Amino acid sequence: MEKKKKAVHLDGFNRFNRIKPATNAVFTVIFVLLAIMTFLPVLFVFIISISSEASIAQHGYSFFPAELSLESYAYLWQSKSYIGRSFLNSVGITIVGTMIGLCLTSTLGYVLSRPNYYMKGLYTWLLIIPMLFSGGLVASYMVNTQIYHLKNTYWAMILPGACSTFYVIVMRTFFQTTVPDSIIESGKIDGASQLRIFTQLVLPISLPVIATIGLFLTFNYWNAWYSAMLYIDSNHRDLYPLQYVLISIEKNISFMARNEDFLTEESMRNLPTETMRMAIVMVVVIPIACSYPFFQRYFVGGLTIGAVKG
Amino acid sequence: MRKDNLSVKGGAPIIRRRKRFSWDDLELTLLSLPSIVWLIAFCYVPMFGIVFAFKNYKYKPGKGFLYSLFVSSKWVGMKNFEFLFRSPDIANIFRNTLGYNVVFLLIGVTLPVTLAIMITQLHSRRVAKVCQTAVFLPHFLSWVVISYFVFAFLSTDKGLVNSIITGLGGERILWYQDPKYWPYLLVFINTWKTFGYSMVVYMATITGIDQTLYESAVIDGASKWQQTWGITIPLLRPVISIMFIMNVGHIFSTDFGLFFQVTRDSNSLINVTQTLDVYVYKALMQSNNYNYSSAVALMQSVFGCVLLIIANAVVKKIDPESGMF
Repeated sequence: MEKKKKAVHLDGFNRFNRIKPATNAVFTVIFVLLAIMTFLPVLFVFIISISSEASIAQHGYSFFPAELSLESYAYLWQSKSYIGRSFLNSVGITIVGTMIGLCLTSTLGYVLSRPNYYMKGLYTWLLIIPMLFSGGLVASYMVNTQIYHLKNTYWAMILPGACSTFYVIVMRTFFQTTVPDSIIESGKIDGASQLRIFTQLVLPISLPVIATIGLFLTFNYWNAWYSAMLYIDSNHRDLYPLQYVLISIEKNISFMARNEDFLTEESMRNLPTETMRMAIVMVVVIPIACSYPFFQRYFVGGLTIGAVKG
Repeated sequence: MRKDNLSVKGGAPIIRRRKRFSWDDLELTLLSLPSIVWLIAFCYVPMFGIVFAFKNYKYKPGKGFLYSLFVSSKWVGMKNFEFLFRSPDIANIFRNTLGYNVVFLLIGVTLPVTLAIMITQLHSRRVAKVCQTAVFLPHFLSWVVISYFVFAFLSTDKGLVNSIITGLGGERILWYQDPKYWPYLLVFINTWKTFGYSMVVYMATITGIDQTLYESAVIDGASKWQQTWGITIPLLRPVISIMFIMNVGHIFSTDFGLFFQVTRDSNSLINVTQTLDVYVYKALMQSNNYNYSSAVALMQSVFGCVLLIIANAVVKKIDPESGMF
């Protein structure tokens, strides 16, 4: 009751109905700890990547290295025929994949959002069934390699992940709820084709959802390694994306560790050093870590659109 | 041509509900053609690959893949499944797959919901924003990158954890060779990667709740605790149910990256890290055993589908408003 009297002096409901300062302090501490916990590994790997080889050999990985050096990044720059190539591969796959993915998902989403479309029911089923049932890894691997001959091509890393039921549903829901029917009608009355209505009337006012799905796709392609692991042989190193370079380095090291005959000085010298590997990790992580805070709201927006069912 | 057609047909049908296949429908069909071709090529064509599970696939040189699969390979009925269930590893594989998934499911619902409710209560908007952004980061990192993070901590001779242990006078732990730590580690690592994302999903729903509900509750004298149980959680229920149903549908599939990459495919850990997906991958890529791996994949798919439908029915029975379809 006392509290309620006080409320008169406070401005607004939210100031009144809130947790006690002590609880707030505890919650704040918890969240700050969680935030630190998520960032700590990134920071740690970054520090390792700028430590000198000698200090790592002596003290192991440490948050406070005895000596700092940018050697690893200099080495990366020197080996740009390999690392640089795979960096460009990653960038290329990401850009092309996102473009193709956006085309596929937005057109299908638009078509499904048209209430009077003749085959709407059939398309909806066509879209839902793959979500429930799939042929499995072996089947898609065999089909992709034996029928479409995607093995050891860039397309193997682009096409299979270009579209997904979830993205199409997010697109469709957005078009249904946000694009007014009157705009589409007006386009029809002016005699515009559906392609024109879609590209010139619908797309320009649908930038939020395009951005959301575009970002989903971008991050997915940038982070993809499984397709490379399945479809790219070790004889095609020039096709490796960065993520797979990291895997293949690790593989080589464990291979050599198992077969000690290969552990010659020569082979050791060719292997990327520890700091170098961590530097490659940073090359992968830094673009993500620097960009996602700005795009975050699109993700949250996309998730909430996707959560609306129907 | 097109213009003529539109002016003849285009006027009236806009208002009338059309039943015939109109020019408009044709245009829409053409517009969606690439996506439909993609769906058929990458989702439907591989579905026929389930015949692998019932065949003894032998590649016949010079005859091509389709001929080898459909014509020259022998039908073996359920033999592949029988062999599979007789293999000594299979019980272990199932235990791992289901065990981890049940734990992930329990943590994946309770922890993010609790944290989402907590973070919306913070007094400072800015602290909430910054922390939300921070915990969202792992969602954008791949398992490959995370495996390097883990290695930085757990590496036997250079890792931070072992440095601390030896610094305190203890014995080094061979992390990548000792299976007893990994069930906990895997649960921890998976939670670390996923809780931020789920938290943000629930948070978005909570911030969308109508404030007047809370206002009237406060006027009735409800405490924060009562508001949470009486308003927030019931309104979160549809989202929780959808996440729950989807996770139940995936209970036979695991994140390959977590179990294969993060554990560095270490053979000594296989007892606690081999799940169905790891088994399928290894059977396919390392021992070229197409039939077993596709039998497993078929089982995963069928069980998953059935479970999804059951979970949906159960959720709907409890709460008719929730459910996915």
